[in-house]
Amino acid sequence: MIRFDRVAKRYPPGVDALSEVSFEVAEREMVLVGGHSGAGKSTLLKLVAAIEKSTSGAVLVGGQNLGGLSRAALPFLRRRIGMVFQDQKLLFDRNAFQNVMLPLSIAGFPPREATKRVHAALDKVGLGKRENALPAMLSGGEQQRLAIARAVVGRPSLLLADEPTAHLDAETANDVARIFHDFHQVGVTLLIATYAHDLFPGARRLQLDHGRLQA
Amino acid sequence: MKVWLLHHRDAALLAWRRLFVVPLNSLLFVIAIGVALALPAGGQMLLANARQLTGAVSATPQISIFMAANADRAAANEIGSRLGKAAGVRHARFVPREDTLSRMKANPGLRDAIEVLPGNPFPDAFVVSVDDERPESMERLAAEFRRWAGVEHVQLDSAWVRRLEALIGLGRNAVILLGALLGAGLVAICFSIIRMQVLVHRAEIEVSGLLGATENFVRRPFIYHGVLLGLGGGIVALLIVTAATLWLRAPLGDLARLYDLTLNLQPLGAIDSALLLAAAGGLGWLGATISLGQHLDR
Repeated sequence: MIRFDRVAKRYPPGVDALSEVSFEVAEREMVLVGGHSGAGKSTLLKLVAAIEKSTSGAVLVGGQNLGGLSRAALPFLRRRIGMVFQDQKLLFDRNAFQNVMLPLSIAGFPPREATKRVHAALDKVGLGKRENALPAMLSGGEQQRLAIARAVVGRPSLLLADEPTAHLDAETANDVARIFHDFHQVGVTLLIATYAHDLFPGARRLQLDHGRLQA
Repeated sequence: MKVWLLHHRDAALLAWRRLFVVPLNSLLFVIAIGVALALPAGGQMLLANARQLTGAVSATPQISIFMAANADRAAANEIGSRLGKAAGVRHARFVPREDTLSRMKANPGLRDAIEVLPGNPFPDAFVVSVDDERPESMERLAAEFRRWAGVEHVQLDSAWVRRLEALIGLGRNAVILLGALLGAGLVAICFSIIRMQVLVHRAEIEVSGLLGATENFVRRPFIYHGVLLGLGGGIVALLIVTAATLWLRAPLGDLARLYDLTLNLQPLGAIDSALLLAAAGGLGWLGATISLGQHLDR
Protein backbone atom coordinates (compact mmCIF):
# COMPACT_ATOMS: atom_id res chain seq x y z
CA MET A 1 0.00 0.00 0.00
CA ILE A 2 2.79 2.44 0.98
CA ARG A 3 6.45 2.25 0.02
CA PHE A 4 9.20 4.71 0.93
CA ASP A 5 12.47 4.19 -0.91
CA ARG A 6 15.41 6.22 0.48
CA VAL A 7 13.19 9.24 0.96
CA ALA A 8 14.62 12.54 2.12
CA LYS A 9 12.87 15.81 2.84
CA ARG A 10 14.79 19.00 3.34
CA TYR A 11 13.13 22.30 4.23
CA PRO A 12 14.80 25.62 3.47
CA PRO A 13 17.33 26.78 4.55
CA GLY A 14 18.71 23.24 4.78
CA VAL A 15 16.86 21.54 7.63
CA ASP A 16 16.64 17.78 7.08
CA ALA A 17 13.23 16.58 8.27
CA LEU A 18 13.70 13.07 6.85
CA SER A 19 16.85 11.31 5.65
CA GLU A 20 17.19 8.01 3.79
CA VAL A 21 13.84 6.68 5.04
CA SER A 22 12.79 3.35 3.57
CA PHE A 23 9.88 1.16 4.68
CA GLU A 24 6.74 -0.52 3.42
CA VAL A 25 3.23 -0.78 4.77
CA ALA A 26 1.13 -3.66 3.52
CA GLU A 27 -2.59 -3.45 2.83
CA ARG A 28 -4.82 -3.84 5.93
CA GLU A 29 -1.81 -3.25 8.19
CA MET A 30 -1.79 -0.87 11.14
CA VAL A 31 1.54 0.90 11.54
CA LEU A 32 2.51 3.41 14.21
CA VAL A 33 5.17 6.04 13.61
CA GLY A 34 6.88 7.08 16.81
CA GLY A 35 9.59 9.52 17.71
CA HIS A 36 10.28 12.65 19.65
CA SER A 37 8.85 16.01 18.72
CA GLY A 38 10.49 17.14 15.49
CA ALA A 39 11.55 13.60 14.57
CA GLY A 40 9.74 13.88 11.24
CA LYS A 41 6.48 12.01 11.97
CA SER A 42 4.19 14.70 10.55
CA THR A 43 6.45 15.22 7.55
CA LEU A 44 6.28 11.51 6.80
CA LEU A 45 2.46 11.56 6.83
CA LYS A 46 2.41 14.69 4.67
CA LEU A 47 4.57 12.95 2.09
CA VAL A 48 2.12 10.01 2.00
CA ALA A 49 -0.82 12.39 1.52
CA ALA A 50 1.14 14.33 -1.11
CA ILE A 51 0.82 17.50 0.97
CA GLU A 52 4.60 17.77 0.72
CA LYS A 53 6.97 16.49 -1.96
CA SER A 54 10.10 14.55 -1.12
CA THR A 55 13.43 16.17 -1.88
CA SER A 56 14.81 12.83 -3.05
CA GLY A 57 13.80 9.18 -3.11
CA ALA A 58 10.48 7.66 -4.11
CA VAL A 59 7.14 7.62 -2.29
CA LEU A 60 4.64 5.12 -3.66
CA VAL A 61 1.01 4.94 -2.51
CA GLY A 62 -1.17 2.22 -3.96
CA GLY A 63 1.57 1.57 -6.52
CA GLN A 64 1.55 5.18 -7.70
CA ASN A 65 4.80 7.15 -7.53
CA LEU A 66 3.83 10.48 -6.00
CA GLY A 67 6.93 12.14 -7.47
CA GLY A 68 5.40 11.87 -10.92
CA LEU A 69 1.91 12.91 -9.84
CA SER A 70 0.51 15.80 -11.85
CA ARG A 71 -1.19 18.74 -10.17
CA ALA A 72 -4.49 17.70 -11.76
CA ALA A 73 -4.22 14.12 -10.42
CA LEU A 74 -3.40 15.19 -6.86
CA PRO A 75 -7.01 15.80 -5.68
CA PHE A 76 -8.08 12.34 -6.81
CA LEU A 77 -5.26 10.71 -4.82
CA ARG A 78 -6.26 12.65 -1.71
CA ARG A 79 -9.86 11.48 -2.06
CA ARG A 80 -8.63 7.89 -1.68
CA ILE A 81 -6.84 8.76 1.56
CA GLY A 82 -8.49 9.71 4.84
CA MET A 83 -6.45 11.97 7.04
CA VAL A 84 -6.88 13.09 10.63
CA PHE A 85 -4.76 16.18 11.07
CA GLN A 86 -2.88 17.06 14.21
CA ASP A 87 -4.78 20.35 14.43
CA GLN A 88 -7.96 18.67 13.08
CA LYS A 89 -8.62 21.42 10.54
CA LEU A 90 -12.35 21.55 11.23
CA LEU A 91 -14.38 24.39 9.76
CA PHE A 92 -15.73 26.34 12.68
CA ASP A 93 -18.48 28.08 10.74
CA ARG A 94 -20.02 24.74 9.72
CA ASN A 95 -21.78 22.27 11.97
CA ALA A 96 -20.69 18.68 12.52
CA PHE A 97 -22.89 17.36 9.71
CA GLN A 98 -21.56 19.92 7.23
CA ASN A 99 -17.94 19.26 8.21
CA VAL A 100 -18.33 15.56 7.56
CA MET A 101 -20.30 16.20 4.37
CA LEU A 102 -17.47 18.25 2.83
CA PRO A 103 -15.35 15.37 1.44
CA LEU A 104 -18.46 13.83 -0.11
CA SER A 105 -19.50 17.14 -1.68
CA ILE A 106 -16.00 17.43 -3.11
CA ALA A 107 -16.19 13.91 -4.51
CA GLY A 108 -19.60 14.65 -6.02
CA PHE A 109 -21.70 12.13 -4.12
CA PRO A 110 -25.46 12.36 -4.76
CA PRO A 111 -27.05 14.20 -1.82
CA ARG A 112 -29.16 11.29 -0.60
CA GLU A 113 -26.28 8.81 -0.58
CA ALA A 114 -23.99 11.41 0.99
CA THR A 115 -26.48 12.14 3.78
CA LYS A 116 -26.71 8.43 4.63
CA ARG A 117 -22.94 8.14 4.76
CA VAL A 118 -22.55 11.21 6.96
CA HIS A 119 -25.10 9.89 9.43
CA ALA A 120 -23.35 6.51 9.47
CA ALA A 121 -19.94 8.13 10.05
CA LEU A 122 -21.24 10.35 12.85
CA ASP A 123 -22.98 7.38 14.47
CA LYS A 124 -19.78 5.37 14.22
CA VAL A 125 -17.81 7.96 16.22
CA GLY A 126 -20.66 8.56 18.67
CA LEU A 127 -21.71 11.98 17.40
CA GLY A 128 -25.00 10.94 15.82
CA LYS A 129 -26.96 13.22 18.11
CA ARG A 130 -24.61 16.21 17.75
CA GLU A 131 -24.74 16.70 14.03
CA ASN A 132 -26.08 20.25 14.32
CA ALA A 133 -23.42 21.32 16.81
CA LEU A 134 -20.71 23.70 15.68
CA PRO A 135 -17.17 22.47 16.42
CA ALA A 136 -16.74 25.19 19.04
CA MET A 137 -19.61 23.61 20.99
CA LEU A 138 -17.86 20.22 21.08
CA SER A 139 -15.30 19.01 23.62
CA GLY A 140 -11.71 18.23 22.54
CA GLY A 141 -12.51 14.53 22.32
CA GLU A 142 -15.66 15.16 20.32
CA GLN A 143 -13.76 17.41 17.92
CA GLN A 144 -11.20 14.64 17.43
CA ARG A 145 -13.97 12.14 16.76
CA LEU A 146 -15.56 14.59 14.32
CA ALA A 147 -12.23 14.85 12.48
CA ILE A 148 -12.11 11.05 12.33
CA ALA A 149 -15.67 10.90 10.97
CA ARG A 150 -14.70 13.35 8.23
CA ALA A 151 -11.61 11.28 7.41
CA VAL A 152 -13.51 8.01 7.06
CA VAL A 153 -16.80 9.14 5.53
CA GLY A 154 -15.45 8.60 2.01
CA ARG A 155 -14.54 5.02 3.06
CA PRO A 156 -10.86 5.34 2.17
CA SER A 157 -8.67 2.26 1.99
CA LEU A 158 -5.86 4.20 3.69
CA LEU A 159 -6.28 6.24 6.84
CA LEU A 160 -3.54 8.56 8.12
CA ALA A 161 -3.67 10.11 11.56
CA ASP A 162 -1.27 12.63 13.05
CA GLU A 163 -1.22 12.49 16.84
CA PRO A 164 -4.93 11.59 17.09
CA THR A 165 -4.85 11.12 20.87
CA ALA A 166 -2.69 14.11 21.77
CA HIS A 167 -4.23 16.51 24.30
CA LEU A 168 -7.01 14.01 25.18
CA ASP A 169 -7.63 12.54 28.60
CA ALA A 170 -6.98 8.83 29.05
CA GLU A 171 -10.60 7.74 28.68
CA THR A 172 -11.22 9.80 25.56
CA ALA A 173 -7.89 8.68 24.07
CA ASN A 174 -8.98 5.06 24.59
CA ASP A 175 -12.30 5.77 22.85
CA VAL A 176 -10.51 7.31 19.87
CA ALA A 177 -8.01 4.43 19.70
CA ARG A 178 -10.91 1.97 19.76
CA ILE A 179 -12.43 3.69 16.73
CA PHE A 180 -9.15 3.23 14.82
CA HIS A 181 -9.08 -0.43 15.82
CA ASP A 182 -12.61 -0.84 14.48
CA PHE A 183 -11.56 0.58 11.12
CA HIS A 184 -8.53 -1.70 11.08
CA GLN A 185 -10.84 -4.65 11.72
CA VAL A 186 -12.83 -3.88 8.58
CA GLY A 187 -9.69 -3.83 6.42
CA VAL A 188 -8.57 -0.21 6.41
CA THR A 189 -4.80 0.35 6.27
CA LEU A 190 -3.70 2.71 9.05
CA LEU A 191 -0.58 4.80 9.44
CA ILE A 192 -0.67 6.65 12.75
CA ALA A 193 1.89 9.08 14.07
CA THR A 194 1.68 8.86 17.85
CA TYR A 195 3.55 8.80 21.13
CA ALA A 196 0.88 6.60 22.66
CA HIS A 197 1.93 3.19 21.35
CA ASP A 198 0.24 1.40 24.19
CA LEU A 199 -3.18 2.50 22.94
CA PHE A 200 -2.67 0.49 19.76
CA PRO A 201 -1.61 -3.00 20.80
CA GLY A 202 -0.65 -5.34 17.99
CA ALA A 203 0.34 -2.53 15.60
CA ARG A 204 3.77 -2.54 13.95
CA ARG A 205 6.02 0.31 15.07
CA LEU A 206 8.36 2.52 13.11
CA GLN A 207 10.62 4.75 15.15
CA LEU A 208 12.03 8.02 13.82
CA ASP A 209 14.93 9.86 15.35
CA HIS A 210 16.01 13.17 13.88
CA GLY A 211 14.47 12.21 10.55
CA ARG A 212 16.09 8.79 10.38
CA LEU A 213 14.28 5.50 10.75
CA GLN A 214 15.64 3.42 13.63
CA ALA A 215 16.15 -0.27 13.08
CA MET B 1 -21.79 15.39 -16.19
CA LYS B 2 -24.20 14.92 -13.30
CA VAL B 3 -21.39 15.49 -10.77
CA TRP B 4 -20.31 18.59 -12.68
CA LEU B 5 -23.84 19.99 -12.57
CA LEU B 6 -24.11 19.09 -8.90
CA HIS B 7 -20.87 20.96 -8.17
CA HIS B 8 -22.12 24.02 -10.07
CA ARG B 9 -25.46 23.98 -8.26
CA ASP B 10 -23.75 23.66 -4.86
CA ALA B 11 -21.25 26.42 -5.71
CA ALA B 12 -24.02 28.77 -6.88
CA LEU B 13 -26.06 28.09 -3.73
CA LEU B 14 -23.00 28.60 -1.53
CA ALA B 15 -22.21 31.89 -3.28
CA TRP B 16 -25.86 32.96 -2.89
CA ARG B 17 -25.77 32.19 0.86
CA ARG B 18 -22.48 34.07 1.26
CA LEU B 19 -24.17 37.20 -0.10
CA PHE B 20 -26.44 37.12 2.93
CA VAL B 21 -23.74 36.55 5.55
CA VAL B 22 -23.31 40.34 5.75
CA PRO B 23 -26.38 41.42 3.75
CA LEU B 24 -25.87 45.17 4.14
CA ASN B 25 -22.35 44.95 2.71
CA SER B 26 -23.57 42.94 -0.27
CA LEU B 27 -26.46 45.34 -0.83
CA LEU B 28 -24.17 48.37 -0.81
CA PHE B 29 -21.74 46.71 -3.23
CA VAL B 30 -24.61 45.81 -5.57
CA ILE B 31 -25.95 49.38 -5.43
CA ALA B 32 -22.47 50.79 -6.16
CA ILE B 33 -22.14 48.49 -9.17
CA GLY B 34 -25.70 49.30 -10.26
CA VAL B 35 -25.16 53.06 -10.14
CA ALA B 36 -21.92 52.70 -12.11
CA LEU B 37 -23.70 50.63 -14.76
CA ALA B 38 -26.75 52.89 -14.84
CA LEU B 39 -24.76 55.73 -16.42
CA PRO B 40 -23.79 53.97 -19.67
CA ALA B 41 -27.11 52.07 -19.67
CA GLY B 42 -28.99 55.37 -19.33
CA GLY B 43 -26.89 56.85 -22.13
CA GLN B 44 -27.76 53.90 -24.34
CA MET B 45 -31.45 54.37 -23.52
CA LEU B 46 -31.30 58.07 -24.48
CA LEU B 47 -29.48 57.27 -27.73
CA ALA B 48 -32.06 54.65 -28.64
CA ASN B 49 -34.82 57.19 -28.00
CA ALA B 50 -33.05 59.93 -29.97
CA ARG B 51 -33.47 57.63 -32.98
CA GLN B 52 -37.19 58.42 -32.74
CA LEU B 53 -36.39 62.05 -33.55
CA THR B 54 -34.11 61.40 -36.50
CA GLY B 55 -36.36 58.62 -37.74
CA ALA B 56 -39.35 60.96 -37.81
CA VAL B 57 -37.65 63.23 -40.30
CA SER B 58 -36.15 62.14 -43.56
CA ALA B 59 -32.40 62.27 -43.39
CA THR B 60 -32.34 62.68 -47.18
CA PRO B 61 -31.08 66.18 -47.80
CA GLN B 62 -33.76 68.49 -49.13
CA ILE B 63 -34.01 72.19 -49.94
CA SER B 64 -37.12 74.13 -48.95
CA ILE B 65 -37.96 77.22 -51.05
CA PHE B 66 -40.37 79.72 -49.53
CA MET B 67 -42.04 82.26 -51.81
CA ALA B 68 -42.41 85.89 -50.79
CA ALA B 69 -45.64 86.58 -48.90
CA ASN B 70 -46.85 88.90 -51.66
CA ALA B 71 -45.96 86.50 -54.50
CA ASP B 72 -49.03 85.22 -56.32
CA ARG B 73 -49.72 81.72 -57.61
CA ALA B 74 -48.44 82.67 -61.08
CA ALA B 75 -45.06 83.52 -59.61
CA ALA B 76 -45.09 80.17 -57.82
CA ASN B 77 -45.92 78.40 -61.07
CA GLU B 78 -43.02 80.19 -62.73
CA ILE B 79 -40.65 78.95 -60.01
CA GLY B 80 -42.12 75.45 -60.40
CA SER B 81 -41.42 75.57 -64.09
CA ARG B 82 -37.83 76.74 -63.55
CA LEU B 83 -37.26 73.99 -60.99
CA GLY B 84 -38.47 71.45 -63.54
CA LYS B 85 -35.75 72.53 -65.92
CA ALA B 86 -32.98 73.31 -63.43
CA ALA B 87 -29.89 71.13 -63.55
CA GLY B 88 -29.28 69.07 -60.42
CA VAL B 89 -32.92 69.03 -59.30
CA ARG B 90 -34.24 65.48 -59.02
CA HIS B 91 -37.74 66.30 -57.84
CA ALA B 92 -39.69 69.34 -56.71
CA ARG B 93 -42.91 69.14 -54.70
CA PHE B 94 -45.18 72.19 -54.51
CA VAL B 95 -46.71 72.91 -51.08
CA PRO B 96 -49.57 75.43 -51.49
CA ARG B 97 -49.95 77.96 -48.70
CA GLU B 98 -53.52 76.70 -48.12
CA ASP B 99 -52.20 73.20 -47.35
CA THR B 100 -49.70 74.62 -44.90
CA LEU B 101 -52.43 76.59 -43.15
CA SER B 102 -54.66 73.50 -42.87
CA ARG B 103 -51.80 71.43 -41.46
CA MET B 104 -50.96 74.08 -38.87
CA LYS B 105 -54.59 74.41 -37.85
CA ALA B 106 -54.67 70.67 -37.27
CA ASN B 107 -52.00 71.15 -34.60
CA PRO B 108 -53.91 71.83 -31.35
CA GLY B 109 -51.01 73.81 -29.93
CA LEU B 110 -50.99 76.26 -32.82
CA ARG B 111 -54.65 76.42 -33.80
CA ASP B 112 -55.65 79.23 -31.43
CA ALA B 113 -52.71 81.41 -32.40
CA ILE B 114 -53.39 80.96 -36.12
CA GLU B 115 -57.11 81.66 -35.75
CA VAL B 116 -56.43 85.19 -34.54
CA LEU B 117 -54.14 86.02 -37.46
CA PRO B 118 -55.70 87.94 -40.35
CA GLY B 119 -55.66 85.79 -43.48
CA ASN B 120 -53.07 83.14 -44.33
CA PRO B 121 -49.60 84.09 -43.05
CA PHE B 122 -47.86 81.16 -44.78
CA PRO B 123 -46.18 81.43 -48.20
CA ASP B 124 -46.31 78.94 -51.03
CA ALA B 125 -43.33 76.64 -50.87
CA PHE B 126 -41.39 73.96 -52.74
CA VAL B 127 -39.58 70.94 -51.28
CA VAL B 128 -36.72 70.06 -53.60
CA SER B 129 -34.68 66.85 -53.63
CA VAL B 130 -31.43 66.96 -55.53
CA ASP B 131 -29.15 64.64 -57.51
CA ASP B 132 -25.94 65.61 -55.76
CA GLU B 133 -26.42 65.55 -51.99
CA ARG B 134 -22.96 66.80 -51.07
CA PRO B 135 -23.25 69.89 -48.85
CA GLU B 136 -21.24 72.14 -51.22
CA SER B 137 -23.42 71.21 -54.23
CA MET B 138 -26.58 71.81 -52.23
CA GLU B 139 -25.28 75.14 -50.97
CA ARG B 140 -24.55 76.15 -54.59
CA LEU B 141 -28.09 75.22 -55.67
CA ALA B 142 -29.60 77.01 -52.67
CA ALA B 143 -27.62 80.14 -53.53
CA GLU B 144 -28.95 80.00 -57.11
CA PHE B 145 -32.57 79.62 -55.90
CA ARG B 146 -32.16 82.62 -53.59
CA ARG B 147 -31.43 84.79 -56.63
CA TRP B 148 -34.73 83.86 -58.35
CA ALA B 149 -37.44 86.52 -58.33
CA GLY B 150 -40.27 85.91 -55.90
CA VAL B 151 -38.21 83.66 -53.63
CA GLU B 152 -38.05 84.98 -50.07
CA HIS B 153 -36.14 82.27 -48.21
CA VAL B 154 -34.22 79.06 -49.00
CA GLN B 155 -33.44 76.47 -46.32
CA LEU B 156 -31.37 73.25 -46.26
CA ASP B 157 -33.82 71.03 -44.37
CA SER B 158 -31.62 68.09 -43.47
CA ALA B 159 -28.91 70.10 -41.78
CA TRP B 160 -30.32 69.74 -38.29
CA VAL B 161 -30.92 66.03 -38.78
CA ARG B 162 -27.31 65.66 -39.81
CA ARG B 163 -26.23 67.66 -36.80
CA LEU B 164 -28.39 65.46 -34.56
CA GLU B 165 -26.97 62.31 -36.13
CA ALA B 166 -23.47 63.62 -35.58
CA LEU B 167 -24.38 64.31 -31.96
CA ILE B 168 -25.80 60.80 -31.62
CA GLY B 169 -22.57 59.40 -33.06
CA LEU B 170 -20.62 61.43 -30.53
CA GLY B 171 -22.99 60.26 -27.79
CA ARG B 172 -22.51 56.65 -28.82
CA ASN B 173 -18.75 57.00 -28.49
CA ALA B 174 -19.20 58.72 -25.15
CA VAL B 175 -21.40 55.82 -23.95
CA ILE B 176 -18.78 53.29 -25.10
CA LEU B 177 -16.03 55.23 -23.31
CA LEU B 178 -18.14 55.63 -20.17
CA GLY B 179 -19.12 51.96 -20.31
CA ALA B 180 -15.48 50.88 -20.64
CA LEU B 181 -14.36 53.10 -17.74
CA LEU B 182 -17.19 52.13 -15.42
CA GLY B 183 -16.89 48.48 -16.52
CA ALA B 184 -13.26 48.60 -15.41
CA GLY B 185 -14.53 50.05 -12.13
CA LEU B 186 -16.93 47.12 -11.75
CA VAL B 187 -14.09 44.67 -12.37
CA ALA B 188 -12.04 46.47 -9.70
CA ILE B 189 -14.92 46.30 -7.19
CA CYS B 190 -15.42 42.57 -7.79
CA PHE B 191 -11.65 42.01 -7.62
CA SER B 192 -11.57 43.62 -4.21
CA ILE B 193 -14.67 41.81 -2.89
CA ILE B 194 -13.39 38.40 -4.00
CA ARG B 195 -10.00 39.15 -2.47
CA MET B 196 -11.75 39.74 0.85
CA GLN B 197 -13.80 36.56 0.39
CA VAL B 198 -10.63 34.54 -0.23
CA LEU B 199 -9.14 35.92 2.98
CA VAL B 200 -12.32 35.18 4.96
CA HIS B 201 -12.56 31.62 3.61
CA ARG B 202 -8.86 30.79 3.69
CA ALA B 203 -9.35 27.91 6.15
CA GLU B 204 -12.09 26.39 4.03
CA ILE B 205 -9.92 26.68 0.91
CA GLU B 206 -7.02 24.96 2.65
CA VAL B 207 -9.16 22.16 4.10
CA SER B 208 -10.97 21.58 0.81
CA GLY B 209 -7.64 21.19 -0.97
CA LEU B 210 -6.43 18.70 1.64
CA LEU B 211 -9.63 16.67 1.26
CA GLY B 212 -9.23 16.36 -2.49
CA ALA B 213 -10.96 19.39 -3.94
CA THR B 214 -9.90 20.34 -7.44
CA GLU B 215 -8.88 23.92 -8.19
CA ASN B 216 -12.17 24.42 -10.02
CA PHE B 217 -14.15 23.16 -7.03
CA VAL B 218 -12.42 25.74 -4.82
CA ARG B 219 -12.76 28.56 -7.34
CA ARG B 220 -16.38 28.04 -8.36
CA PRO B 221 -18.15 29.62 -5.34
CA PHE B 222 -15.98 32.73 -5.68
CA ILE B 223 -16.64 32.95 -9.41
CA TYR B 224 -20.38 32.66 -8.78
CA HIS B 225 -20.07 35.30 -6.06
CA GLY B 226 -18.55 37.72 -8.60
CA VAL B 227 -21.17 36.86 -11.23
CA LEU B 228 -24.04 37.29 -8.74
CA LEU B 229 -22.70 40.68 -7.64
CA GLY B 230 -22.41 41.76 -11.29
CA LEU B 231 -25.90 40.49 -12.12
CA GLY B 232 -27.31 42.17 -9.02
CA GLY B 233 -25.67 45.42 -10.11
CA GLY B 234 -27.10 44.93 -13.61
CA ILE B 235 -30.60 44.51 -12.20
CA VAL B 236 -30.19 47.64 -10.07
CA ALA B 237 -28.98 49.55 -13.15
CA LEU B 238 -32.03 48.36 -15.12
CA LEU B 239 -34.34 49.50 -12.32
CA ILE B 240 -32.63 52.91 -12.16
CA VAL B 241 -32.85 53.41 -15.93
CA THR B 242 -36.49 52.27 -16.05
CA ALA B 243 -37.42 54.58 -13.18
CA ALA B 244 -35.60 57.48 -14.84
CA THR B 245 -37.41 56.72 -18.12
CA LEU B 246 -40.81 56.84 -16.47
CA TRP B 247 -39.92 60.02 -14.58
CA LEU B 248 -38.60 61.86 -17.64
CA ARG B 249 -41.14 60.61 -20.16
CA ALA B 250 -43.78 63.33 -19.67
CA PRO B 251 -41.47 66.39 -19.47
CA LEU B 252 -39.36 65.26 -22.46
CA GLY B 253 -42.51 64.50 -24.43
CA ASP B 254 -43.78 68.04 -23.71
CA LEU B 255 -40.43 69.51 -24.75
CA ALA B 256 -40.46 67.57 -28.02
CA ARG B 257 -44.00 68.77 -28.82
CA LEU B 258 -42.79 72.36 -28.59
CA TYR B 259 -40.56 71.53 -31.59
CA ASP B 260 -43.44 69.82 -33.39
CA LEU B 261 -41.86 66.40 -32.71
CA THR B 262 -43.13 63.28 -31.04
CA LEU B 263 -40.98 61.67 -28.37
CA ASN B 264 -42.31 58.83 -26.25
CA LEU B 265 -39.35 57.89 -24.05
CA GLN B 266 -39.01 54.11 -23.88
CA PRO B 267 -36.99 52.06 -21.36
CA LEU B 268 -34.21 49.75 -22.57
CA GLY B 269 -35.54 47.05 -24.88
CA ALA B 270 -35.30 43.31 -24.24
CA ILE B 271 -32.07 42.91 -26.20
CA ASP B 272 -30.36 45.92 -24.60
CA SER B 273 -31.50 44.72 -21.14
CA ALA B 274 -30.20 41.21 -21.80
CA LEU B 275 -26.90 42.67 -23.03
CA LEU B 276 -26.63 44.83 -19.92
CA LEU B 277 -27.19 41.86 -17.61
CA ALA B 278 -24.78 39.68 -19.60
CA ALA B 279 -22.13 42.40 -19.53
CA ALA B 280 -22.64 42.95 -15.79
CA GLY B 281 -22.38 39.23 -15.03
CA GLY B 282 -19.40 38.91 -17.38
CA LEU B 283 -17.54 41.78 -15.73
CA GLY B 284 -18.26 40.24 -12.30
CA TRP B 285 -16.84 36.96 -13.59
CA LEU B 286 -13.77 38.75 -14.94
CA GLY B 287 -13.11 40.58 -11.66
CA ALA B 288 -13.48 37.34 -9.69
CA THR B 289 -11.26 35.40 -12.07
CA ILE B 290 -8.47 37.97 -11.97
CA SER B 291 -8.72 38.18 -8.19
CA LEU B 292 -8.55 34.38 -7.78
CA GLY B 293 -5.55 34.27 -10.09
CA GLN B 294 -3.83 36.81 -7.86
CA HIS B 295 -4.84 35.55 -4.43
CA LEU B 296 -5.83 31.88 -4.57
CA ASP B 297 -2.62 30.49 -6.02
CA ARG B 298 -0.50 31.99 -3.26
